[in-house]
Amino acid sequence: MSGKPRLTYFDGRGRMEPVRWLLAAAGVEFEEKFLETREQYEKLIKDGELMFQQVPLVEIDGLKLVQTRAILSYIAGRYNLYGKDLKERALIDMYVEGITDLMHMILVFPFSPSEAKEKNIELIKEKATNRYFPVFEKALKQHGQDFLVGNRFSWADVQLTEAILAVEEKIPAVLSVFPQLQAFKTRMSNMPTIKKFLQPGSPRKPPPDEHYVQTVKKILKV
Amino acid sequence: MSGKPKLHYFNGRGRMESIRWLLAAAGVEFEECFLEAKDDLVKLQKDGSLLFQQVPMVEIDGMKMVQTKAILSYIAGKYNLYGKDLKERALIDMYVEGMIDLNELLMVHTFQPAEKKEQHFATLVDKATNRYFPVFEKVLKDHGQDFLVGNQFSRADVQLLETLLTAEEFKPDILAKFPLLQSFKARTSNIPTIKKFLQPGSQRKPPLQEKDVEKVMKIFH
Repeated sequence: MSGKPRLTYFDGRGRMEPVRWLLAAAGVEFEEKFLETREQYEKLIKDGELMFQQVPLVEIDGLKLVQTRAILSYIAGRYNLYGKDLKERALIDMYVEGITDLMHMILVFPFSPSEAKEKNIELIKEKATNRYFPVFEKALKQHGQDFLVGNRFSWADVQLTEAILAVEEKIPAVLSVFPQLQAFKTRMSNMPTIKKFLQPGSPRKPPPDEHYVQTVKKILKV
Repeated sequence: MSGKPKLHYFNGRGRMESIRWLLAAAGVEFEECFLEAKDDLVKLQKDGSLLFQQVPMVEIDGMKMVQTKAILSYIAGKYNLYGKDLKERALIDMYVEGMIDLNELLMVHTFQPAEKKEQHFATLVDKATNRYFPVFEKVLKDHGQDFLVGNQFSRADVQLLETLLTAEEFKPDILAKFPLLQSFKARTSNIPTIKKFLQPGSQRKPPLQEKDVEKVMKIFH
């Protein structure tokens, strides 16, 4: 029993990746249990480990947390990454929820039919460039600070960094019209905990491949 | 300038209804500004009022808040409906996120194409009665308290009541196997602020009718 948080999920990004990012950014070491078979998943359900029969599951501080947003909120609160008061928390929440909407498109992309993939990339590019990135470019320009909210590192900064890198994997030049975001990305990537997470051998997962997609489909029977 | 929160949405439940419920449960009076046509949405977008070009938007305490979950969290925090500490908040969040997943299924049912409706209805009933309701029935049974978390009224109780009532609109006997959810429903409906919200003439919105689907689609598409 190590006392470290334990993450249960497939061996891939999916809905658990933001959790890995946030724990890593907070400097918290964690363990992972990977679901590889349907039987493992059914056993978790049978044992009553999954409140709504779903993963992600994060065991932390004696809690068996499910529901990604609940998990992330807990970690953010616990490790002081949630602003200094209710209004800063509201701003962080708004930013995070917007980024989550953008990341959702990336989350479901590998599962879309091949004939739809080109169109979906266009949609991701359009939304990132016209709806989401301009908001954060403007916020950084207006206050001129290093971090999105309250001149202090928060969950919002981690989430945005993850999103920028994920979108760049699909659209490499996406930040070309966003100089503030370029500088932000460099700055965040150089923060010690994040820098470590971005190095090979860290718990960061690679982009989803066909094997990952098939594993998820097999285990969830979708 | 009234100082009351002001809600911007179309005149229907959608993603704003949970916010109406929570404000009402907290005893907070609010105003509403209804989008009737696409132009109304475009105007708000052009004004720069919508952070991500979307509604719901709630003007509250000098902020123009968007993103339903952010708005609900702020209201819950402000009006002490979010538990007493981080762990209670985590529990409330887990419960609420599960209920939101079920609510989403309920909300999109009206928008399903005719040929998919029956299948969707079956899925909805299955998830409600096999995945979600048993969790809350067990929570109430295990601690025997009136409220879901920490023996204290919270946003989780408000969300659960809303979800139970909505589910019953789809299938009136859907709570047949859940005696504790039935008594929870009765008890929570009698809380004065909620009782008032459940009365005719309140700001609670009726279910979306088939005939209004097209109008709503026109605003957003």
